Amino acid sequence: MTTRQPLLKVAALRKTFDNNPILKGVSFELHKGGIIVLIGPSGGGKSTLLQCINCLTIPDGGEIEFDRQRLDIHSRPALYQHRQDVGMIFQEFNLFDHLSARDNITIALRKIKKLPRREADERARLELEQVGLADKAELYPAQLSGGQKQRVAIARALAMDPKVLLLDEPTSALDPELIGEVINVIKELAAKGMTMIMATHQISLIATLADHILFMEDGRIAEQGSPAELLGAGCASKTQGFCDRLNQLSGE
Amino acid sequence: MSTSLAVIADALPYLLQGSLFTGAIVVSAMLVGLLVGILAAVGMVYGNPVTRFLVGAYVWFFRGVPVLVLLFLFYFGLFAFLGLNFSAFTSVTIVLGLTTGAYQANIFKGAILSLPAGQFKAASALGMSNGQAIRSIVLPQILRISIPAWSNEYSIILKDSALAFVIGAPEIMARTQFVASRTYQHLALYIAAGVIYFLLTWGGVLILDKLHKYVRIPGYSHQGMNK
Ligand SMILES: Nc1ncnc2c1ncn2[C@@H]1O[C@H](COP(=O)(O)OP(=O)(O)OP(=O)(O)O)[C@@H](O)[C@H]1O
Ligand SMILES: [Mg+2]
Repeated sequence: MTTRQPLLKVAALRKTFDNNPILKGVSFELHKGGIIVLIGPSGGGKSTLLQCINCLTIPDGGEIEFDRQRLDIHSRPALYQHRQDVGMIFQEFNLFDHLSARDNITIALRKIKKLPRREADERARLELEQVGLADKAELYPAQLSGGQKQRVAIARALAMDPKVLLLDEPTSALDPELIGEVINVIKELAAKGMTMIMATHQISLIATLADHILFMEDGRIAEQGSPAELLGAGCASKTQGFCDRLNQLSGE
Repeated sequence: MSTSLAVIADALPYLLQGSLFTGAIVVSAMLVGLLVGILAAVGMVYGNPVTRFLVGAYVWFFRGVPVLVLLFLFYFGLFAFLGLNFSAFTSVTIVLGLTTGAYQANIFKGAILSLPAGQFKAASALGMSNGQAIRSIVLPQILRISIPAWSNEYSIILKDSALAFVIGAPEIMARTQFVASRTYQHLALYIAAGVIYFLLTWGGVLILDKLHKYVRIPGYSHQGMNK
């Protein structure tokens, strides 16, 4: 594992908002097919880290190496290409309100990849089928449930053939009864070998999906390791304590 | 009374020709305003400080100076000074277009700011450039939201277009005044002109209302009601 080149390498990433250091030097590596789960207290910088990885937020310092290429954050074409390679799923879905489920998926294919309409539609059909929404292609975001919206958002990201998927608390804005359908889609992706970095408070995702856990606190990685290392029996890690508290909150 | 009706009947074709001219001015000015307004709104929201300052100055100038003053300023002043031999039609279109453009800029700016920020982020995250995100995601939504305010703007510009008579444009008001000054049927003729303006306002607003309903996003309502 360590002898191979990582797909994504982040080194000493820093970000400051209004004189508040939010990321204070974050480094990690992610190999193809790997799944990193980001956990930690609110305000610890998880969302900021994810958005720095695809440069939706431009980091103040540090390096991002993707597919052996150092990302030049000052080159717009390089950023646009990087963001095509790195898909992102948001807590609030962020579907395009004026487009049907199908066109939410086809718009980037047509505008960025310049795919003809027919091909884009066909791709959208396949992706919607994958997330179990083949019959919802014509519906608009306002006509979909939260779980359906998030699944369309996942289909939209996957249609761009990203090499990594960043997920920022993909189930946090969902009613409890809708979480399951989204978790299932994420688990299927994992089973197919999708490389992912996911911030989540969902216990069932942390333990079952992660092959590496990053515990972020106060802009730093406070602890990291495999689930076995951090969540094993009798483990006194911060991660363990945090998960225990999550469990108590969710009443399990 | 019967003479009034006879005068109106006689003058009607002449006045209706004027309403074609008025219609052409208003449609051209609204389209100029649409283009300028969109560019200005995008500049105000997404532009750098220099762009924002320049656009802000434009908007304040055209909001702050009366249309009548602008017409004289451009037609007799600026265009003459620059040696531009613009017709009354072109001049009025430019002045009214830039005026409504300033107001439309504010309408569109408000609409852009009312969109949830996450959609632009999502477009960027897919790899769209800022321009692509603005064209494919932002504009289609703000244009829909803005139709009622745009319709309001149409009725204002339609009425402002009557001012074009002062620079000799053969529109409704100029023609009405011409006939009235010869026949002395002021009351009847200006009532007729008023009715024509009212019908143009009503028809335009009706069409825009239909358009607003036609492009409505399913399941989504700007009135805060469902369906
Ligand atoms: N655009 C911004 N401008 C100013 N401050 C910001 C901005 N984005 C984030 N912050 C601040 O950075 C800190 C870290 O936020 P971030 O959203 O990354 O935390 P998080 O770990 O994702 O928290 P949560 O679990 O609540 O989602 C917070 O204190 C937040 O207020
Ligand atoms: Mg967050």
